[in-house]
Amino acid sequence: MTQLPESTQKKLGLVIDLDTCVGCHACVVSCKGWNTENYGAPLSDQNPYGADPVGTFLNRVHSYEVQPEAGPAQLIHFPKSCLHCEDAPCVTVCPTGASYKRVEDGIVLVNEDHCIGCGLCAWACPYGARELDAAEGVMKKCTLCVDRIYNENLPEEDREPSCVRTCPAGARHFGDLADPDSDVSQLVAERGGMDLMPEQDTKPVNKYLPPRPKDRIAEPEFDALAPYLKPVAEEPKGFVSWLDKMLEKV
Amino acid sequence: MHPAPSVIVFTTLSGLGFGLLFWLGVGLPAPTGWAGFGFFIMAFALSVGGLLASTFHLGRPERAWRALTQWQSSWLSREGICAVACLLVMGLYAVGLVLFGVRLTVLGYIGAMLALGTVFTTSMIYAQLKTVPRWNTPLTSALFLSLSLAGGGLLSGNQELAVFLLLVAAAVQIAWWMLGDTAFSNGRTNLATATGLGETGRVRAFEPPHTGTNYLLKEFVHEVGRKHALKLRGIAIAAGFVLPVVLLLPGSLWLIVPAVLFHLGGVAASRWLFFAEAEHVVGLYYGKREA
Repeated sequence: MTQLPESTQKKLGLVIDLDTCVGCHACVVSCKGWNTENYGAPLSDQNPYGADPVGTFLNRVHSYEVQPEAGPAQLIHFPKSCLHCEDAPCVTVCPTGASYKRVEDGIVLVNEDHCIGCGLCAWACPYGARELDAAEGVMKKCTLCVDRIYNENLPEEDREPSCVRTCPAGARHFGDLADPDSDVSQLVAERGGMDLMPEQDTKPVNKYLPPRPKDRIAEPEFDALAPYLKPVAEEPKGFVSWLDKMLEKV
Repeated sequence: MHPAPSVIVFTTLSGLGFGLLFWLGVGLPAPTGWAGFGFFIMAFALSVGGLLASTFHLGRPERAWRALTQWQSSWLSREGICAVACLLVMGLYAVGLVLFGVRLTVLGYIGAMLALGTVFTTSMIYAQLKTVPRWNTPLTSALFLSLSLAGGGLLSGNQELAVFLLLVAAAVQIAWWMLGDTAFSNGRTNLATATGLGETGRVRAFEPPHTGTNYLLKEFVHEVGRKHALKLRGIAIAAGFVLPVVLLLPGSLWLIVPAVLFHLGGVAASRWLFFAEAEHVVGLYYGKREA
């Protein structure tokens, strides 16, 4: 059913720390690895060893340069996957009922047996979180590793999304954002977690933690070594002096 | 947006077909016998042909029937239902006129409303998308409806009506272009809101996620043909509206044939631009669209 639920019991989602992410793309690789051999159709590649490889990914890492008013530019690595929006526009546009948002935990999923691959959900998503798989002809998206987080066959520490489990920097956090006492909610409150494109009114569940202000190295007022580093030759002499004068005249 | 030929063919032909069904439904004209057969075959060929073409861009066309189930939330689903209902009702209406020479007036009006409903729901598939500011306006519906009514008026041989409707459609088309050209830059979505980094400083896309292309870039960041956009707009206006009006003015029935062909070519050019010029906000993440 592509009508959105009034509310969901939980709001499972990710909190991504833009201050900590080092842009290693390990989350991208682990996501592709887990999701190509588990839930739903594999994430296919076209011409993977050829000149123009193309493939389906559910998570991609961009990098942005941010130039503050003063001080040096900063490089921000920016992982992006489905934000599991509360007002998910991708769900309501679906003509077949294949796209849906789960009442129990708020995860947005695609029933791949019902998807006709029209692509309209990807058009409706402002974040580019959905990709049509070229081999399977159905829409693929982040499942929040729904086949890991409830999976009792896995050790408890593995029951979180593959990207979160893999991140070597600890830049990705998983939890219930409907519960104000959860670790992720507290992190969002403490660090000023933000929505992407709030003006699109999608109410994303996933939050991004902005980079912390950088330390500024102030210019020292007095440098003890400066007197020893003063230029020794104030005026040029000899040949250099002559050359200097000749060049002035030219 | 990627201008998929199947979608351009679909919206162009079916727009014309449903426009013709509208005029047949309201009885302008209400042809019987062989003449009626000709009119209805033409209308059904255009609308059904267009609908069939639209299934070619699906990843899984064999499941297309499922698209009729989500009418409560999805404009695409509503379009499917309106189209099927319109074809069924107008089929019965056509049987009455062609085989029995009887005009089932009420049925015709219902069919005409469903034909307009189909064109309107098609337009809403695009007009609803906040992600494509150029489309996200009620003028998109006005554009689709006026083009369909004008094309249908032309095909149904209502010459004076067609001239008037073509002029209206041309005006809507020009207004839609003028509004659309500033829609993205006037919108509130930009790279600063997309990344949330606007408060830290001026944001610039530094490195894309990968060196190659992907589905998103191919589908949403189509930039070919913008250079020729102005020329194509000229062609669309000249062939789609000006030439048909000039050809209709002498009042000769035979001139309707070239008028229809020019109109079809002009609308196809306009529809190609409709997709090729449309900017999706996801392009921001890839460093496109920056003003």
